[in-house]
Amino acid sequence: MTLALDIENLTLRRGGNLILDSISLEIENGDFVGVLGTNGAGKTTLFKAILGLVRPESGQIKLFGEDIRRGNAHIGYLPQARNLASHIRLSCHDYLHSAWNGQTWGFHLNSRTAADRAIAHALHLTGSSALAKRPINELSGGERQRILIAQSLMGAPKLLILDEPLISLDPARQHDVIRLVRQIQQELKLTVLFSAHELNPLLGVLDRVLYLGHGKAALGTVDEVVTGPVLSKLYNTDIDVIRVNNRIFVMSGNSDLEQDAHLHEHEGEHHGHSHGHSHG
Amino acid sequence: MSMKASITAIPTGIHMDDYDFLFTALTGAGLVAVVAACIGYFLVLRSQSFAGHALSHVGFAGATGAVLVGLSPFWGLILFTGFAGLAMGALSEKLAGRDIAIGMILSLALGLGLLFLHFYTAYAAQVSALLFGNVLGIDPAMLWPLILITILVLTALGFMARPLIFASLQPELAEARGVPIKTVSMLFLGLSGLAIALSTQIVGMLLVFTLLIGPAASAQRLTCHIRSGLWLSVIFALLIAWGGIGLAIITDWPVSFCITALSGAVYGLSLLKT
Repeated sequence: MTLALDIENLTLRRGGNLILDSISLEIENGDFVGVLGTNGAGKTTLFKAILGLVRPESGQIKLFGEDIRRGNAHIGYLPQARNLASHIRLSCHDYLHSAWNGQTWGFHLNSRTAADRAIAHALHLTGSSALAKRPINELSGGERQRILIAQSLMGAPKLLILDEPLISLDPARQHDVIRLVRQIQQELKLTVLFSAHELNPLLGVLDRVLYLGHGKAALGTVDEVVTGPVLSKLYNTDIDVIRVNNRIFVMSGNSDLEQDAHLHEHEGEHHGHSHGHSHG
Repeated sequence: MSMKASITAIPTGIHMDDYDFLFTALTGAGLVAVVAACIGYFLVLRSQSFAGHALSHVGFAGATGAVLVGLSPFWGLILFTGFAGLAMGALSEKLAGRDIAIGMILSLALGLGLLFLHFYTAYAAQVSALLFGNVLGIDPAMLWPLILITILVLTALGFMARPLIFASLQPELAEARGVPIKTVSMLFLGLSGLAIALSTQIVGMLLVFTLLIGPAASAQRLTCHIRSGLWLSVIFALLIAWGGIGLAIITDWPVSFCITALSGAVYGLSLLKT
């Protein structure tokens, strides 16, 4: 079986900062992988490298056995929603339509039905057909996220890259989004990279978890990776992992690492767009 | 050149005995309205309406500078707004949300225009036309460049429509799919520069907002579909431009005032829709 993602000795740098330092990992086709790590650990940068937007300093990435390239149709992508402009008063249908062949120049008069079919299918998969005519800026956070997931499914991708799709959703909506992605992933046999700040909401659905920190990566099942020794080595500090009633708490000293990450994120949101990039 | 001869005074109204005059004004205003409505729709979609406003002021420096060196103010305007648009597009990532920087460029350009005027004082009427427009002063010979630029802008806009819409709505995703975001931004603001130079012929650079942004913003309040939004924007712009000329004939008030009043009224009505 071909691997979905085969990364060898990958080193990524952004603006002079070393983000990932010679990491290697293999992700199997059909896995649901949670990507975790503190802000700046390199989740988004890794995604951008897979998308062909960040050139590796060294090492290589193979996607379904092929070299990566920008605009790869095998990838469905949901960018981190830092500035989904709330002034855009357009119907969800038109919003999705913009992504259909949006990269092609020139005059196209005959492709409307194909686009409409693809949009209808994506809306159907995410159970959001009823939202098609509603303006996207009037949707609730959960509804909007479903539309964005629908968009990532257009064009029948094999790999979904979802960058922080749970941000600014309440726990119930987070649960809905996770369940929806899991259901679609199993139905369409997709590989999913799902980045998040907290591990617990994802515990029931993850096949593998990928922790990033201090330029290094740890990939494996939750039981393999989320342990004191593995995370202590990754973060280069004493870390305790406490399991209570099927929930996992990752503690560094006296503070809960993931709670910290969460706090920083809210800070970032208040400071507006300029912060978004540095979260990398 | 051709404009110099025509703009000798600012007519406040017009008389019905001059149909050619009226034909030129209506045709010119119609062309400009269509271009302004289409470009304006995307300016509003991209939240760049203030950048559009600033471009028109840069054009003032271009037009007065052109007069100073003995060129037609229209071509000076086109050159300046066109290139300023390209430059703004190239810098758009850095200028995003930078209202202060754009405002400084805007007033600097207006000041520079004033300096050029200081050296060349014989064109008070022309200056007034540049600032506040003079659709009734359009020379019939001006229609040809207007037609050519209209065709150029609309064709280019149609050609880049998909990447432009994609990049406007979902920049990160568009980038990942291979849309050259910066090129799209440059081309679009370059075209906006041309559209603004055209609009200046009708309403003047201080009032460009009324034709460029008024119809588009009203249309976007009334419909959430791109296609119908563009059509509505064009219809509003034509109503406003032609209606303004008609209103000027009836009232004998300045055309530019009538156009701004109608634009304001359309936008005001669109606000009533919740």
